[in-house]
Amino acid sequence: MNLTIPPFAKWLAVVFTVVLVALAFFAAPISSEKVQRGYRGTGMELVLNASTLDEKLEASQVPAEPWPREDTTDGPLASEVYENVQVLGHLQSANFDRLMAAITEWVSPEQGCAYCHGEEGNFAGDDLYTKVVSRRMIQMTQHINSQWTNHVAGTGVTCYTCHAGQPVPENIWFDDPDALYAGGLVGDRAGQNIAAPEIGMTSLPQDVFRPFLYEDANIRVNGNEPLPHGNTASIKQTEWTYGLMIHMSESLGVNCTYCHNTQNLGSWKQAPPTRATAWHGIRMLRDLNVAYLEPLGPVYPQMRLGPLGDAPKANCATCHQGVYRPMFGAQMLVDYPSLQAPGPEDLQDPPMQQTSEIAQ
Amino acid sequence: MAMLSFEKKYRVRGGTLVGGDLFDFWVGPFYVGFFGVTTIFFSALGTALIFWGAAIGPTWNPWTINIAPPDLSYGLGFAPLAEGGLWQLITICAVGAFVSWALRQAEIARKLGIGYHVPVAFGFAIFAYVSLVVIRPLLLGAWGHGFPYGIFSHLDWVSNVGYQYLHFHYNPAHMLAVTFFFTTTLALALHGSLVLSAANPQKGETVRTPEHEDTFFRDFIGYSVGTLGIHRLGLFLALNAGFWSAVCIVISGPFWTRGWPEWWSWWLDLPIWS
Repeated sequence: MNLTIPPFAKWLAVVFTVVLVALAFFAAPISSEKVQRGYRGTGMELVLNASTLDEKLEASQVPAEPWPREDTTDGPLASEVYENVQVLGHLQSANFDRLMAAITEWVSPEQGCAYCHGEEGNFAGDDLYTKVVSRRMIQMTQHINSQWTNHVAGTGVTCYTCHAGQPVPENIWFDDPDALYAGGLVGDRAGQNIAAPEIGMTSLPQDVFRPFLYEDANIRVNGNEPLPHGNTASIKQTEWTYGLMIHMSESLGVNCTYCHNTQNLGSWKQAPPTRATAWHGIRMLRDLNVAYLEPLGPVYPQMRLGPLGDAPKANCATCHQGVYRPMFGAQMLVDYPSLQAPGPEDLQDPPMQQTSEIAQ
Repeated sequence: MAMLSFEKKYRVRGGTLVGGDLFDFWVGPFYVGFFGVTTIFFSALGTALIFWGAAIGPTWNPWTINIAPPDLSYGLGFAPLAEGGLWQLITICAVGAFVSWALRQAEIARKLGIGYHVPVAFGFAIFAYVSLVVIRPLLLGAWGHGFPYGIFSHLDWVSNVGYQYLHFHYNPAHMLAVTFFFTTTLALALHGSLVLSAANPQKGETVRTPEHEDTFFRDFIGYSVGTLGIHRLGLFLALNAGFWSAVCIVISGPFWTRGWPEWWSWWLDLPIWS
């Protein structure tokens, strides 16, 4: 065998190198924003694509108030003016109307009031599932803003945080029938190798939501000492945890170092305070999925349910939508105090129902 | 160290890159030259600065001494010595020492009338280092993107920078670099064992020639790359390992800001199966 290098190869190599270097320094570097997250030199930092950031900022513009809120106690209550006001009956009717107008703008701007109240304008009726779900979602919003301040702080959430102008939030999850078993001879794939966007297109287990954000499966797999004394966590469990962590990173548009010094992922001492916020967020999602979202299953029509018949549920992306703080921390809730906490029960008419009752 | 009898006739004047006869002499076995002096200057100064950094730092434990680069907020400007300025000076010293070392290799090669293969090869190692602490920080706009000088601290940096891109093993250039590193060790093991098997027999046995080596590989895999060829191949593999290492870190940040697993979307979206 006689291998020779053609004479033009050298020039090809030179041209290739020159083009590469020219591209590297003049054409290609992505314009980006950098954020340092730890002590200098630890490599804990975010490099965020500036144009992606601009798009997200654009998409995070908060709709204006329909009209200013009246800060009076004069005038009739919504429960006195309207029938069947179970969770917002304590509002001044003017402010109740204002919130209804705002919710229409946030959730069903194209479908209008009829999306929940029907074409005939029977505003008191509970015939449409959308209205029953909306009422429960208002309760959930009040619950989040009053009970989960460890996660949402004073910024809180509104319907718009997740809905962003759409009747169904863009990022929701269902149980996935394909997660566990592949077709044919491949058999048990242990939830892996689907390259799902929720887990950043990795080969990690993709069905992380049921175990971690509905059930309270153990997330911590790191041992507390160098050798695995008594630590029985398997590689598979670890990959499941990593799947959840990648989901969190992707949902917030950040990377692992936003909450961890990866020198010791399990160490709270070395972790930025964001990790505590995220810890509460995981517990919040378990609460919401178990107490509010899954039980609404029987209320939904078939088309709103997942392939295995379960109700749509929330994960980190539902609110965050790729941003480290939903809508870059826009202070929206402050204009809608009615969503900050549940109102007094005795001012509701009729008394508010719990999900178990709604589902029947 | 004794000089071999024939070595004297290669110890000739001239061939220097700068400075003419300046420092054109040997100390014992070592050629000095202008770049030998600059090497000593930069490495001595850099080491002294590292000791200074350790002295003003919290520990003398050699594992945990840490000379960290400046905060990102300093951008491409100078930082105060205790807040990353030392790192900047040490980086200048390191680049100066490494480049001097390569140029000294070049001068020796010129004196001997041999090719520049050794300094060029060493240049790839310098390139990998310069990529980490100069090129990538320049592209990202802050010296703080460089890695810290410390045994544990630089490993922590590697870990965190890997996790910045969620899963660094999906970085295609990292895949190439790792593959070349492993292939280099495979090639070196095959080459070393083959040469020893033929040229270093037991006492009383006959020394074999490259004919035997070539025949072994022809019998084994149908082809022998040959005595010169194996060294070309070895150099190619080793330089690619260093080169793609440099590429894999330079593209992380300046040219790709998301998780590396997502980069492979083009593969998943190929019209063959999507």
